[in-house]
Amino acid sequence: MSAVDLSLFCVAALLALGPAAIVLRRLAAVSALVYGASALLCLVLTSVGVSVLAGAAEISGRVLPIGLPWLGAHWQLDALSAFFLLVVGFGGAAASIYAIGYGRHEQEPLRVLPFYPAFLGAMVLVVLAHDAFSFLLSWEVMSLLSWALVMAHHRAAGTQHAGYVYLVMAGFGTMALLLAFGLLAGSAGDYAFEAMRATQRSPAMAAAILALMLVGAGSKAGLVPLHVWLPLAHPAAPSHVSALMSGVMTKVALYGLIRVVFDLAGPLAWWASPAVIVLGATTAVLGILNALVASDIKKVLAYSTIENIGVIVAALGLALAFRANGMAATSALAFSAALFHIFNHAAFKSLLFMGAGNVLVATGQRELDALGGLIHRMPVTAFLMLVGALAISALPPLNGFASEWLLFQSVLKSPDLPQAGLQIIVPAAGAMLALAAALAAAAFVRLYGVGFLGRPRSEVAAKAVEVDRFSLAAMGALALVCVLAGIFPGVVLDLLAPAAEAMAHARLPVQADDAWQTLVPIAEARSTYNGLLVFLFIVFSATSSAWLVHRLASRRLRRGPAWDCGFPSDIANTQYGAGSFAQPLRRVLGTILLGAREDVSMPPPGDNRPARLGVIVRDVIWEGGYLRLSAIINAIATQSNRLQFLTIRRYLSLVVGSLVSLLLVLTIWN
Amino acid sequence: MLSLLIQGAQMALVVALAPALVGLVRKVKARMLRRRGASIVQPYRDILRLMRKEVVLAENASWLFRVVPYMVFAATWVAAALVPTFATGLQFNWTADLIAIVALLGSARFFLALAGMDVGTAFGGIGASREMMIASMAEPAMLLAVFSVSLVAGSTQLSTVASYMATEDVGLRVSLGLALVALVIVALAENARIPVDNPTTHLELTMVHEAMVLEYSGRHLAMIEIAAALKLLLYISLIGCIFVPWGIASGSAGVLAYPLSLAFYIGKLAVGGVMLGVFEVSIAKMRVFRVPDFLGAALMLGLLGMLLLFVSRSL
Repeated sequence: MSAVDLSLFCVAALLALGPAAIVLRRLAAVSALVYGASALLCLVLTSVGVSVLAGAAEISGRVLPIGLPWLGAHWQLDALSAFFLLVVGFGGAAASIYAIGYGRHEQEPLRVLPFYPAFLGAMVLVVLAHDAFSFLLSWEVMSLLSWALVMAHHRAAGTQHAGYVYLVMAGFGTMALLLAFGLLAGSAGDYAFEAMRATQRSPAMAAAILALMLVGAGSKAGLVPLHVWLPLAHPAAPSHVSALMSGVMTKVALYGLIRVVFDLAGPLAWWASPAVIVLGATTAVLGILNALVASDIKKVLAYSTIENIGVIVAALGLALAFRANGMAATSALAFSAALFHIFNHAAFKSLLFMGAGNVLVATGQRELDALGGLIHRMPVTAFLMLVGALAISALPPLNGFASEWLLFQSVLKSPDLPQAGLQIIVPAAGAMLALAAALAAAAFVRLYGVGFLGRPRSEVAAKAVEVDRFSLAAMGALALVCVLAGIFPGVVLDLLAPAAEAMAHARLPVQADDAWQTLVPIAEARSTYNGLLVFLFIVFSATSSAWLVHRLASRRLRRGPAWDCGFPSDIANTQYGAGSFAQPLRRVLGTILLGAREDVSMPPPGDNRPARLGVIVRDVIWEGGYLRLSAIINAIATQSNRLQFLTIRRYLSLVVGSLVSLLLVLTIWN
Repeated sequence: MLSLLIQGAQMALVVALAPALVGLVRKVKARMLRRRGASIVQPYRDILRLMRKEVVLAENASWLFRVVPYMVFAATWVAAALVPTFATGLQFNWTADLIAIVALLGSARFFLALAGMDVGTAFGGIGASREMMIASMAEPAMLLAVFSVSLVAGSTQLSTVASYMATEDVGLRVSLGLALVALVIVALAENARIPVDNPTTHLELTMVHEAMVLEYSGRHLAMIEIAAALKLLLYISLIGCIFVPWGIASGSAGVLAYPLSLAFYIGKLAVGGVMLGVFEVSIAKMRVFRVPDFLGAALMLGLLGMLLLFVSRSL
């Protein structure tokens, strides 16, 4: 059985699991059964992806006689598809294992169970599709199923709004994708990817396709300004679905972008790349700034997803710029950085969303200001979340740092670019990416410090208990992936090298031969990084210094009340909370970019009402762009509504008038 | 074998010298204020005394609070061990480059800020919040300065950069000048020095670093003090090996070159410490919301330096 057949078989099984869940709904163990089977199938898909990438399995295709009658449905598993199959597979497996435990707390499991395995299957289909019809169909199925999952808790406040905005944005994005594939197919109208790849296009046409893909795939991935649905929809879904949507589905969207822009659209001129770089860097900074002020733990994570998507898209833009200038090796470096970050983000964002799910199960709370002190009540969750927070803040020796390091290395190669425009934009984008990385650390100190450290700020947080073993096992596996990918980045780079080679037309040096697993992306004299040694050095110096101090100096310890400069307070709200932690950065960066204001109401002397300090943070893009746009559309609709209540006479004159004007246009045209 | 020896000697040297550097800065400040000041070896005595004392731990401090001092020390020490002090041919220089050194200091800061939040006091929170605010401006500024330097030297490997600066005819460059100013500003901010923070005050609402570590005592505090001293030494060594690389011994130099380069290095540290002390007594501390302007200037200078190098490699 070829690799693609095996994958399609797994997809068929996943799609069949949904109806099976409905049939077996009376069974007590149906939830564990469905999630367990999904996990197994995802593990098979992961191993298929790995074996194709490692060269153990051939690149294979399959045409099924379904879909359009003259076209059939084309599926293919090449290196790029295999890499994304790996991402979908391991993300899906972890989420499914997590859900075996988490799913028990679901109030209405039948609102989740039938859709969940089918959603996984649809994501795999998007990655395997090799003609426009199958791709768009799978994409739409993926969108609709994820929408159904977002609506699982449809009575919760805000969910219906989130679902509505998501549906509108998904429809808009698919429209852009339709147009993009229309341009790709051209007048010949051949919808198979092979034919599209073989067609020659002008650079302007390729750039138009890029723009449409940035709208279509970008809205699904969360690119600013099309990101507005993401921080609403991702938190509204059940947590294992949030993990899938943030960790995996945004990556599938990026797969669509990469497949079309790097593979099908043909060579792009250099002037197409600055827009991608700027879009990515802006998305990164705006996303993380919003994460810094959000007070809902899952919203913080959703905004941080937007930041990471921005980082990846900026890296892809760099790869485009290098490729357009014939610098294939550097293009491969930037592209590998993007793929590596895709892999990493899938691991640590899923991990963090699962941690948020644990908090939700244990306390029923998502507001940071109702949490605190969970490190005492939920030690394992807290430890695993710490790994995730360190990884996503791009701190060595974990995996987030390795991919950001590669990205900075490719930024440092950009003075070789010949165009002055790129030479100014790339360093500016590099500065914005550095800023985003630093802000990410601040955002995750805030999330972890307020949520897990300190004293509990509510009754539920004080009484939280650790969750079940399945959830913790899934998180533990992801945390292990974060650590291992950070310590052995060369292994991951070698694994994804075939995918990068297929898209960037050059291969990075093989990393496996380097001593001690050192990462040498360009040349040894230029830049090297060794995660393994950094890890060993830190572990060694921390343990040896601790041992020496305990052995030679003192090991006595006494517990006492906190010092706090002599004025400790028992009131938990005297701690720094989510709002107060963000206050300095909100004042420094947020006044313009977030429209942040502080609203102080001070009653006059003699009035014994309390003084109040409120913080108002507005989503500038939502209010300035979307609400204004919908107001304009509403106004036009109200105006044209009059046309419904005309007399017959007026309708007839309207018909005659439009006919005459059309004929006039036609004569002038000719 | 020699490079391994140098590596080991250097790792021991930075830890041994760091408290003396802090003592020197304090001494200079005291003399400038016409006080006699404590002896230069006072920080060693402080650390030894703290080591022997028992730890008084807040009741709700978690395991993280007890692990952080060692993690902060380890991350800072690893970073400091990768900066060439008196010789460039380090055994493990390929382990991490300049970007990784910046990020290692970031790891140390991340842990320290978490420790500030752990006990759940207002002071710890204020320190952590402000530290992250300062770091979110200072870290990009430092990365941009690092980028400028790497573009000039064609490498992010610090040993390569240092030997390039020491042996090649780099000359006076605008971009390097801008990077130097940016790096000095970052160094002042990251080491909690005047005008950004005041290392000598407690009980003042403008304090940042001291507020974060307020709940620490005994051996934990000693580890954090050593780490802070190491960080100061790291920044002075870093600026020294990039911008004033004279006297640094290359990897191929004979054994006889090392005592001379060691003397050079200690001289550089002393000059750096004296300059820091003089600067600190001659300037006032800023309000905390003026700090972003100060660091924003560093960020812009770093960006400008990098842009100049993109426009022309000779600037």
